[in-house]
Amino acid sequence: MKTTIATLKRGQRALISEITSDSIPLKLLEMGCLPGNEVELLQIAPFQCPMYLNINGSHLAIRKEIAAQIEVEII
Amino acid sequence: MAKQIKVSLIGNPNTGKTSVFNLLTGLNQQVGNYPGITVEKKEGVCKLSRGVKAHILDLPGTYSLNASSLDENVVIELLLNRSDKDFPDVAVVVSDVENLKRNLLLFTQIKDLEIPTILVINMADRMIKKGISLDIPLLEKELNTKIALISARKSEGIDKLKELIESYTSLSKKPCVNALSFAPEYFDKLQKAFPDQSLYKLWLVITQDINFRKVDKQEISITSDFEIKSKSELKRLQQKETIKRYQFINTILKKGLTIDQKAATGMRERLDRILTHKFWGYFIFLVILLVMFQAIYDWSSYPMDLIDESFAWLSEATREILPSGPLVDLITEGIIPGLGGIVIFIPQIAFLFLFISILEESGYMSRVVFLMDRIMRRFGLSGKSVVPLVSGTACAIPAVMATRNIENWKERLITILVVPFTTCAARLPVYLIIIALVIPDEKVGWIFSYQSLTLMLLYFLGFGTAVGSAWILNKVLKIKSKSYFVIEMPGYKVPLFKNVAINVIEKTKAFVFGAGKIILAISIILWVLASFGPNENFNNAEEIISELHPNLAQEELDHKIASYKLEYSFIGYAGKAIEPIVSPLGYDWKIGIGIISSFAAREVFVGTLATIYSVGSEEEETIKNRMASEVNSQTGGPLFNLASGISLLLFYAFAMQCMSTLAIVKRETNTWKWPMTQLIFMSIFAYGVALIAYQVLK
Repeated sequence: MKTTIATLKRGQRALISEITSDSIPLKLLEMGCLPGNEVELLQIAPFQCPMYLNINGSHLAIRKEIAAQIEVEII
Repeated sequence: MAKQIKVSLIGNPNTGKTSVFNLLTGLNQQVGNYPGITVEKKEGVCKLSRGVKAHILDLPGTYSLNASSLDENVVIELLLNRSDKDFPDVAVVVSDVENLKRNLLLFTQIKDLEIPTILVINMADRMIKKGISLDIPLLEKELNTKIALISARKSEGIDKLKELIESYTSLSKKPCVNALSFAPEYFDKLQKAFPDQSLYKLWLVITQDINFRKVDKQEISITSDFEIKSKSELKRLQQKETIKRYQFINTILKKGLTIDQKAATGMRERLDRILTHKFWGYFIFLVILLVMFQAIYDWSSYPMDLIDESFAWLSEATREILPSGPLVDLITEGIIPGLGGIVIFIPQIAFLFLFISILEESGYMSRVVFLMDRIMRRFGLSGKSVVPLVSGTACAIPAVMATRNIENWKERLITILVVPFTTCAARLPVYLIIIALVIPDEKVGWIFSYQSLTLMLLYFLGFGTAVGSAWILNKVLKIKSKSYFVIEMPGYKVPLFKNVAINVIEKTKAFVFGAGKIILAISIILWVLASFGPNENFNNAEEIISELHPNLAQEELDHKIASYKLEYSFIGYAGKAIEPIVSPLGYDWKIGIGIISSFAAREVFVGTLATIYSVGSEEEETIKNRMASEVNSQTGGPLFNLASGISLLLFYAFAMQCMSTLAIVKRETNTWKWPMTQLIFMSIFAYGVALIAYQVLK
């Protein structure tokens, strides 16, 4: 199984390696979700969704389906 | 008039852009709408030195020039159109020192438009706490601009910003990064096809989904051999552009910005741990809601009683001072009680807006969105629907507009359709007076009373119905749309008193004047209809009643005459006509009139009853006492009892009685189909529920 943001555990940090799909909204990229940037999972809401992240200094929350399309390498 | 410098304030949401606007303009501001659309337009005047003035336009917050909503579209549409009367002489980009990296993305885009641009770095007061230090001269050089380091919270640095605005002509118009250098072939071709246009502008026009009115996308595709690429190809190019911009920003921030991690305190982390906790997070949200409703009901009752008595006194005093005649009757029996019916709700509406703006300003609202997203999705809504549903407790109109940042169309449409079920401020007048009449004024426990608990139940009922109907709509509506959801979680801030105060005043004013006009007009019409009758029964009321009751005391006789007159007036006949429809719900013809007149705006109901019960009555009395003494002619008991009271409460909880909401829904969904659906379903539902309630309880 590929490691994506959706498989991270709370408090884990990772580097974004690849964004696999075209369906990732541009807005998310513009908020700093780009290959090479660091991401930290800060909090998960009940039922695993949404996920509260710190991406490249931006604090934002996204849903699991999108998180599953962002591949990462845990650091 | 001397020429004003035209300034546009641009910035990401949550950067304190509005605080900067408030600081520059003070109370010199106007809130309106952009022509044809419902995006709020805030503008104001700022005095610079030596009599020079600047006209400040506060553009909607946006993360980039790639618009994904109507609000964001306003920004790009203005900045692309040099002939627009608001086109800025100078753009002021407001950024937050803690999110400088992300904020600079928008800045580099604005710079590419070749408009003189000033960079404001706000929240400078947090730099020490966060261990941030900046090399301003270096940043100014690299970004090819002037920087104002300010703290809107502490009102520091604003003079520097004013100076920079005043000397805007010395600012460079050159872009600071060549962001389109990653695909030279493609962009060279584009530039050659339109040699006299700026390349970045052309690129924006090509990539935007929303059609602009002034800049024609068609023109580009038709007039040249230049081929527009497919959507996904364009998107890949936009990705590359964004990466390019970030590379530039990262390079210069590496030199110009240092963060001492040790100095940074983890306030946000600690608060987040509690406020987004899977138990405490929900618990705290519930407590906040409880306090909010307690405030609306209990704390505001003191100023309200005062207002109620003042208006009763005012009516009486006017009657004594002015000579009697039909005009004075119109004032004392029509206009003053009608106005009193709206002024009395100012304390509550102000409390409501106060809470909502504090929740928004502090950054807490985003945490609620985070907590609620999963739950709301089960019902076909989004976590972002919570904001419209909570602001729906103030008014459905801004609530429907607040659905704009819901990215998914189906979730957005469902939110729009169910928002009118939430208990808006206009329902409060009706609820409060009915609750005061039929629910006992006793305490449960130490603080909560039956009355305030009833009110809270009504709020939950509205919310529950909204969510329940969303669940049904989610099953029924067959709309395919991609689910995508991104929400920024801003840092926590103590709300700025000035921002909250301006917000509360503006919103309350808009509500009171908006509703006030309708209520005043309807009060006058009602008074006329109640003071004249179509036939002899009305005109000869005195004789008819005197003959029927020859032995009554004068006072009681007057009362009988007054009610006889009302019954045979125009409005009496109208009420009688619909009595058969409303009597199964436990209402008489007077309440029927209230329902007819509140068809267009529900808050008119109390004003109407106030007017109806005031007609012909000479004593100084409050509306509530008058209503309490009404008798149901069929049962002989009080007209407003538990059964009819609950039935009325439920009717007003569910009925769609607001023309403005229907109009706004039409505008936001672009068809009459949805507002008409709301009107028909909500009305039938309201009638049905009220009918069952009365028949069961009576």
